Amino acid sequence: MEIVLVSLLNGLVYGMLLFMLASGLTLIFSMMGVLNFAHASIYMIGAYLAFEVSRWIGFIPALIIAPILCGAIGAAIEIWGLRRVHHNGHVAELLFTFGLVFIIQRGVQMIWGMLPMPYRVPEWLDFPLFSIYGANFPAYRGFMLLISAGMLVAIWLLLKKTRVGLIIQAALTHPHMVSALGHNVPMVFTGVFAGGCALAGLAGVIGGNYLTTESSMADAMGPIVFVVVVFGGLGSLGGCFIASIIMGMIQTFAVVFDYTIADIFKPIFTIPRMDNLLGEILTVPMSRIGPLLPYALMILILLVRPRGLMGTRDT
Amino acid sequence: MSGLGVSLHDVRKSFGATEIIRGVTLNIRPGERHAIIGPNGAGKTTLFNLISGRFPITSGEIKLGDTRIDQLPPHQINRRGLSRSFQITSIFHRMTVFENLRCSLLWSQGYRYSFWTPLWLQRQLNDRAQFLLEDLNLGSRRDTPAGLLSYAEQRALEIGMTIAGGASVILLDEPTAGMSNTETDYAMALIRRVTEGKTLLMVEHDMKVVFDLADTITVLVYGQVIASGPPEEVRSSKAVQEAYLGALEE
Amino acid sequence: MSQTTMASASSAPAAARRTAWAWPVLLAVAIALPWCFYDFTAGRHSGFMVSMLSQTGMMIIFALSYNMLMGQSGLLSFCHAVFFGMGGYVTIHTLEAVGKGMPIPMELIPLCGGAAGLATAIVYGYMATKQRATAFAMITLGIGELMATAALMFHHFFGGEGGVTSNRMIERSLFGLEYGQGIEVYYLIVGWTFLAVLLMYFLTQTPLGRMANATRDNYERAQFVGYDPRVIRFLQFSLAGLFAGIGGSLYAVTYEIVTFDALSGALSANALLMAYIGGITAFGGPILGAVLITVLQSGVSLLSNSWLVYVGVLFITMVTFAPEGIAGIITAHGPVKRAGMLGRLAVPYVRVIVPGLLLVLGFVGLVELLSFLTIGAAQGKKLVLFGSVLNINSAMPWTVAIGMLVIGGGWLRFESVSFGRVWDDITSEIKAREKRS
Repeated sequence: MEIVLVSLLNGLVYGMLLFMLASGLTLIFSMMGVLNFAHASIYMIGAYLAFEVSRWIGFIPALIIAPILCGAIGAAIEIWGLRRVHHNGHVAELLFTFGLVFIIQRGVQMIWGMLPMPYRVPEWLDFPLFSIYGANFPAYRGFMLLISAGMLVAIWLLLKKTRVGLIIQAALTHPHMVSALGHNVPMVFTGVFAGGCALAGLAGVIGGNYLTTESSMADAMGPIVFVVVVFGGLGSLGGCFIASIIMGMIQTFAVVFDYTIADIFKPIFTIPRMDNLLGEILTVPMSRIGPLLPYALMILILLVRPRGLMGTRDT
Repeated sequence: MSGLGVSLHDVRKSFGATEIIRGVTLNIRPGERHAIIGPNGAGKTTLFNLISGRFPITSGEIKLGDTRIDQLPPHQINRRGLSRSFQITSIFHRMTVFENLRCSLLWSQGYRYSFWTPLWLQRQLNDRAQFLLEDLNLGSRRDTPAGLLSYAEQRALEIGMTIAGGASVILLDEPTAGMSNTETDYAMALIRRVTEGKTLLMVEHDMKVVFDLADTITVLVYGQVIASGPPEEVRSSKAVQEAYLGALEE
Repeated sequence: MSQTTMASASSAPAAARRTAWAWPVLLAVAIALPWCFYDFTAGRHSGFMVSMLSQTGMMIIFALSYNMLMGQSGLLSFCHAVFFGMGGYVTIHTLEAVGKGMPIPMELIPLCGGAAGLATAIVYGYMATKQRATAFAMITLGIGELMATAALMFHHFFGGEGGVTSNRMIERSLFGLEYGQGIEVYYLIVGWTFLAVLLMYFLTQTPLGRMANATRDNYERAQFVGYDPRVIRFLQFSLAGLFAGIGGSLYAVTYEIVTFDALSGALSANALLMAYIGGITAFGGPILGAVLITVLQSGVSLLSNSWLVYVGVLFITMVTFAPEGIAGIITAHGPVKRAGMLGRLAVPYVRVIVPGLLLVLGFVGLVELLSFLTIGAAQGKKLVLFGSVLNINSAMPWTVAIGMLVIGGGWLRFESVSFGRVWDDITSEIKAREKRS
């Protein structure tokens, strides 16, 4: 029982972090059709920038400065890069962001070196908030939840209560129509791209010290964020939210359980020990195959429902 | 060649809450030249899309000859003898004109999904494609990528691709849209010639084309048929005149 | 520029007849190449060159098979390496089995890899081709990550992190060869590469190949000429997997070890890179891309740790300015050459290449300096240029590099405008000539 509760909380924290990353990507993907492969790279830049800023100034300023800088970088990429490539098609845009991944990774290595950065949780947040059944729940995780919840509310307010938000919502599902209605779609695009990158940067700020800050962190986070976006569905931030939480939970819970497929059948019959691949698959504990599950889920949902959970547009 | 007819029985189509086709019953006889006209937004192209299997119907029945086709995917409908052209030119724009025509012949010539048959050795197929090419007066554009053709040439190519497979029911969606008078005359002659003996169903706005080509006209307004019959009957129908308000005064 | 390239990517007969001479020439070059680097005094081949050429052969098959999906069928796949890797894994296990008595000669081993690639592609292709466009791409992304992760986890068959190994000296050969030396394996690769390329080209001239192009151009129209586009894509996907498996098989034979890297997303990305840079609209484009990338990878990575940056920049430049790849650039010159106006481009090209070189050198210099300043210094390395050590802390190298970058960039900008004008003039003259004839 303890495990379930603790895992639930941890899963929530991780899920919200995923949501912060995935929401930016969903917005960009849904509106512009651009598969931004460099999204996780921006997350990485956010973490590194946050490390620097918090080193020289402080953690709270980092929370503000890093996302703004990431947003600026995003705007620059969109204006001087993506816009030029746009007329060559979606594949060209995707490949463009692809090339960026290499450059950003090496750039980060050149500026900060190859070793992980000692980006730590700030001291004033480094205490146990409460304890459940003996396990401590760090205050920093509570802080993370606070920031991500705040961000969620802010996005919701922006989209539902402002004029810009209305345009963005419309462009999410019907970008061509919005353009035909006379809105400055290029500027909206730049804004959304920059906004998405800023969100990724924010995720980097709070995720960088929760996880590690090193040059391979983009590779680690990248694929799972895509899974979340696709699973949740295009054009739907709500679906993205649900997908993030589900994925977060799955990854957290999987590590905890040691059940195997053979265990499921145990009450009925015992599977003989086989010294081959099939035997391995049947007896591998869930905790080890955790990383596989998101991909398997994504494939399943795309087969059954290509729109994802709550997608409003066909992928 | 005995042709096929198309029959629709109380066909309805809704997109979400909006009903676009509101109970259409129509019978197109084999060999008939049938035109569908109506104001914009009447649902003419939607009707075409329903017949050709592009969209599923909400209720009703569509038959090709004696076979029900409303549940079939487009390629199955095509194989049973119905072919169509599109309002927005729909060709293989990166392939040459010759290749476009050859591809339209492949299935009906029995090639299926073969990945072992070298196409350059298929004498009969290539000759057929060449013949079609010249029949469409596109011989000089043989090796040009289809996307580089003029608009009228592309429309001619599209018509050629539509009839290449030997379908007995041809659906043409605004074949003369965007054409000048000379181009329209030319296209009409072409259509008349290549659909000889076949069943022709056509959506058109150009009334000259409609009255020259069609022996039956159906008028569609807001997803319903308000008149259907020989040109003279439709022309003098009160309901049609009201719907068009003088557009039929030719 | 795109109009002339479109016209040049014309139907098979015209283009094929023009380039038919290339096939035997390339084969001869491939056979003779290692001997150009033969060390006559020591009486042996250059290990480095044979290795790089072998890698090139495998990658040519891999990139071409990827283009069966991307350029020819309009399918964006992120899991192509899965079939390459499976070909490799199955080959390793087959080699083991042959060692224990299974009678398969080395020359036919790649068939086993091909079969593995085909089988895997049939299973995954059936799933993936159920959807179109982005959903398809995302399914392949999932499949790729799934397989790469699985290969790390399971020890039987995949060997876990360490991978699986075998010995290629199986003493079974149709020609009595031992395949102990690199050069022997190289010729095996040349033979199979040539065969694979020939078959893949043949495929483009069959009903399936043509309809794959048609489906790429217009999904709906393909339906209305009687074809089920899904079946077409499924077949193309499976056959592409077959050829990728052959490539993977040759990989296994050459390196005698296969790890999860051979199925990874990075390798799939490599296929994408090679096909795109070489040019996806021309059949031979991916071949160019495979050669270029492999040479860069082998050569440049020896000289610099930042070669990934260069690949990234090359990629971005290509995507922005030359989306039809190197092959596209070459074919764009076809009409110009045929009109006899190629000479007019000589001087404009020189005027563009010189500042271009300046820009590239400046950029490379800057990247290298930066890299040595931060990473190299930590590793205690020194930047050596033409045999003398450069002091990265002094201002001189920096100003030179930045200067070259800025001057080269500005000058190139200026020259490219006049180049564009010359090009436009030539193109309109050609068009006018065509109209008159």
